[in-house]
Amino acid sequence: MNFELSKKQQLFRQMIRDFAEKEVKPIAAEVDEKEIFPLENVEKMAKLGIMGIPIPSSYGGPGGDNIMYSIAVEELSRVCGTTGVIVSAHTSLCVAPIYEFGNEEQKSRFLPKLCKGEWIGAFGLTEPNAGTDASAQQTTAIEDGDSYILNGSKIFITNAGYAHVYIILAMTDKSAGVKGITAFIVEKETPGFSIGKKELKLGIRGSSTCELIFENCRVPKENLLGKVGGGFSIAMKTLDGGRIGIAAQALGIAQGALDETVKYTKERKQFGRSISQFQNTQFQMADLQTKTEAARLLVRSAAFKKDSGVSYSADAAMAKLFASETAMEVTTKAVQFHGGYGYTREYPVERMMRDAKITEIYEGTSEVQRMVIAAKMYK
Amino acid sequence: MCILKEMKIVVCIKQVPDTTEIKINPVTGTLIRDGVPSIINPDDKSGLEAALTLKEKHGAHVTVITMGPPQADAVLREAMAMGADDAILLTDRKFAGADTLATSHALAAALSKMEWDLIITGRQAIDGDTAQVGPQIAEHLDIPQVSYVQDIDYNESIFTVKKKTEEGYQVLEAEAPLLVTVLSSANKPRYMSVQGIVNAIDKEVKVSGVADIEAEESKMGLKGSPTKVHKAFSKGVKSAGQQFEVEEEEAVGIIISKLKEKFII
Repeated sequence: MNFELSKKQQLFRQMIRDFAEKEVKPIAAEVDEKEIFPLENVEKMAKLGIMGIPIPSSYGGPGGDNIMYSIAVEELSRVCGTTGVIVSAHTSLCVAPIYEFGNEEQKSRFLPKLCKGEWIGAFGLTEPNAGTDASAQQTTAIEDGDSYILNGSKIFITNAGYAHVYIILAMTDKSAGVKGITAFIVEKETPGFSIGKKELKLGIRGSSTCELIFENCRVPKENLLGKVGGGFSIAMKTLDGGRIGIAAQALGIAQGALDETVKYTKERKQFGRSISQFQNTQFQMADLQTKTEAARLLVRSAAFKKDSGVSYSADAAMAKLFASETAMEVTTKAVQFHGGYGYTREYPVERMMRDAKITEIYEGTSEVQRMVIAAKMYK
Repeated sequence: MCILKEMKIVVCIKQVPDTTEIKINPVTGTLIRDGVPSIINPDDKSGLEAALTLKEKHGAHVTVITMGPPQADAVLREAMAMGADDAILLTDRKFAGADTLATSHALAAALSKMEWDLIITGRQAIDGDTAQVGPQIAEHLDIPQVSYVQDIDYNESIFTVKKKTEEGYQVLEAEAPLLVTVLSSANKPRYMSVQGIVNAIDKEVKVSGVADIEAEESKMGLKGSPTKVHKAFSKGVKSAGQQFEVEEEEAVGIIISKLKEKFII
């Protein structure tokens, strides 16, 4: 048992924190305010190897690990939730399934460009009538010669519009239930594929969230990911990995809000002294830091299990459940500590509170995480 | 046939406490070093960036060298993660307590056993602010030096160096071998890359002691350091003083009367 980050992971944390402080933090408020997708920073991150951290060099990645990946999302989200989720959705929901379930030809065709940031990745599972009940897919894929013809739509798709590669789930056999769902790699220029309505959101406002529309979209058979009928299993395993990313995002937001609150409560004077000197402040802050640290251990433990190749589904669910609920609690209290100032956009905690909320919802709501955890307990 | 050999650059770096994070113990007046992160000295980091830029433009082999305790390994790994090809750590109890002269003797001894066309150091370290080690190395090795360098480029075996002066800049040309001391304002050092970090961790750092570099022991460490610290003290805190927001003429009058009050004039 060793709770210390390896030297490699420590050096990486130093690098990503430096990058986040100097490149991401200065524009975070503007990214939120004007709903700007931070493309320039994505390009900078790609150059440094941040857009495919756990992928080996044989597929164009830097050969890092999932703990490093979780540190990246945590440190980016500490200053900007938007940037954190762009990296998370790209890596966990597009790069990872191609790496884990793709054939050799698909891996060498897609991974180098995705890891080098020439292409951004996205994932489409959710539909208007298939949210938590993801098996109720209405998008269809009908075999036609050397292709499949996709029809239907997906909603709330992160990175949509900016992504070049989309992992899309569709029904190839309605009679087979979840065994009739198949995964496809759909490229941006595929005829019949278009981007629909862009959502206006409470938080992570710089991240692009749109509808995907498939109208007789012809996807070549070589873009079928995994086996016909194996899509639901791919989607669930992909989301297991994604939950480490979102847990890390929530953790980063919580830590960012705590850092801001420590700074503010030290500076803010009421009744003749700094409000950090009040026991109420200290006790509440101690509880919040303890919860945040517990979330960090859950995130790292889930990432460690993924790196070790053992089952981590419930671990990722626990990490995401606890980290996201902690983020919501920490950011809400952070705003309270800041008082009226915290409610304004002059301080970053109101943005952090808005950003935190989504972590309890996407890639499986808190309720879904509880279902996953309980299912493991009662199996 | 003319075979162009690859340019060899050695960058001397120092691990220093991040002085922007240092706090003063209000009771004892001494520095609190606990928990203060160690970093590559900023001028040295810009020196490394200058070397890596030359490497990208002209091809070069970049070696980083530091003298320090075994923990200084961390800054060498960081330098390799940024793009340096290899690293040397001079570490030995006999180096301990070195002032600038003993440090420059040790580095020069190590450098004299290596091949190089260009040696780069930072202008000065943020923990000592002497700006002496670079120039001293050049003197020991008897090679030309340009200090306070803002920019350096290379073309057909000539280095063109932009040196900052009080009035502006001097542009100088020099042939190898050459030593330059670089300013932190010269560039914005690149970030480590993930790939660089992964590679740097597995790379070997060559560790050398006094015997390995065949240096004269009498010139090393405390023995070789003529600098003696006479007294260390923290600057007394002055009172806030008085402020007057007045017109210029009235201000002159106030200044004169205050100086008279204190019997200065």
